[in-house]
Amino acid sequence: MEAFVDIDGVTLKYRGASGDIVALQDATLKVQRGEFAAVVGPSGCGKSTLMRLVTGLHKPTAGTIAIDGKQVTGPVKMAGMAFQNANMLPWRKVIDNVLLPLEIVEPHRSQFRSKKVEFRAKAEQLLATVGLAGFSDRYPWELSGGMQQRVSLCRSLIHEPALLMLDEPFAALDAFTREELWCVLRDLWQRLGFTVILVTHDLREAAFLADNIYVMSARPGHIVQIKPVDFPRPRDLQVTYEKDFGDIVMELRMKIAQVRQS
Amino acid sequence: MNPRTLEKLSPWLFTIAIFLVWELACIVFKVNTSVLQPPSAAFAAMFKLWRVFLYHSWVTLWVTMVGFALAVGFGIILGLVVGWSRAIYRGLYPVMIGFNTIPKVAIVPLLILWFGIGEVPAIVTAFLISFFPIVVNIATGLATTEPELEDVLRALGAGKLDIMLKVGIPRALPYFFGSLKIAITLAFVGTVVSETLGANAGLGYLIALEGASFRMANVYAALLLLAFEGVLMYAVFAGIEQHFTKWAFRSQMSAAG
Repeated sequence: MEAFVDIDGVTLKYRGASGDIVALQDATLKVQRGEFAAVVGPSGCGKSTLMRLVTGLHKPTAGTIAIDGKQVTGPVKMAGMAFQNANMLPWRKVIDNVLLPLEIVEPHRSQFRSKKVEFRAKAEQLLATVGLAGFSDRYPWELSGGMQQRVSLCRSLIHEPALLMLDEPFAALDAFTREELWCVLRDLWQRLGFTVILVTHDLREAAFLADNIYVMSARPGHIVQIKPVDFPRPRDLQVTYEKDFGDIVMELRMKIAQVRQS
Repeated sequence: MNPRTLEKLSPWLFTIAIFLVWELACIVFKVNTSVLQPPSAAFAAMFKLWRVFLYHSWVTLWVTMVGFALAVGFGIILGLVVGWSRAIYRGLYPVMIGFNTIPKVAIVPLLILWFGIGEVPAIVTAFLISFFPIVVNIATGLATTEPELEDVLRALGAGKLDIMLKVGIPRALPYFFGSLKIAITLAFVGTVVSETLGANAGLGYLIALEGASFRMANVYAALLLLAFEGVLMYAVFAGIEQHFTKWAFRSQMSAAG
């Protein structure tokens, strides 16, 4: 089966203050349609660079990237993205923050005025599924960090992207809120069936959410291990306390410790 | 008195207190009136010649507002252009800094030479002195868009104009309105400098004229009126700023709290 996201032999070099820096070296990564992929690795291994490459915001120095069989040559014009910082627009109400992608992505863009009511209803519904029913008319600063991150997730999904790119979206949250949001993301993914690439430092997060965990080496980054996670779905938070789960996390931890050494 | 009322009253209390200290100092130290006039003398002069002062205050006010309006229009356009492209930003910056460094008082004689004595040089001076902070603030607001937010939008296929309209300009608004408060006070400086050097009317003209005739009470009266106009217009633009960019004040408050 042809991969939905096909990163093939990608190298990225850029000019740093002290000579060329090789962020990625011959990185190959194939993510199937509908897969939940997690990318883990030591800090500074080029995980975030990978995000920018896949979405076409950066051009690789060598190698190719294709999404759904089409080679990526410029911004992909469809991917949803969310980061550690919720990046809300503080002058917009929650609902208008969520609607932002529809003001940009075609074909919604040209229908934005005529279908405003429909779009609003859709956004309200999405907000309700992440537990933010009734918060539409609040401003971002009235929301907690966890709530803002939920809004950010809604914004990244409102246009029903086939691909969702997440760069440590829960890293700034406290442990309880983080686990709550794992479940929010799990449910959204299960319901909507998009493909996810989640970049994270949190091995438990990767093991709980992902179908496959891709371990990256230290810079120059490439994939050194693919770890499938076979826990049945839907997964309950309970699974994180099982022995098998602990074993996976331990194995990943050892692997990363090892690549940090080398 | 509860703290909120005190906070509301404090600008008035301070102003009155300064006038009282000034007045008392003049009486207690028996200051020669050619050195320093008491505020009472200034207010008496204002009252006696109210028509004259009203006329000249009005001239200074409208001249300043016209110069300021030009600065806002030009400042917005130039700010957007400079914020749009890094190349233009880098290219224009040294020129603008250099221009801003020239004391405007040095240009006024040229302006008088070109436009003759009257309101035009004053308008131009007010304009020249006040557009710079507007340009810089708009450009800064545009330039400091969060890169991640730009990524989110670009990954959706947003072009530069989209990012500017959806993020850059709304983001720059608080900077813009903030700069208006600085610009309006500078515009008054520009007007008065020009009026002092070559005009037939305006508070600057009056100050120069009355000062030359040693009618010091009238000079103080004109200075006080000038200060009053400055405070008034500052308050107007602070109010406009609050009204249009409430979100910026609120989000700062929540960030601090």
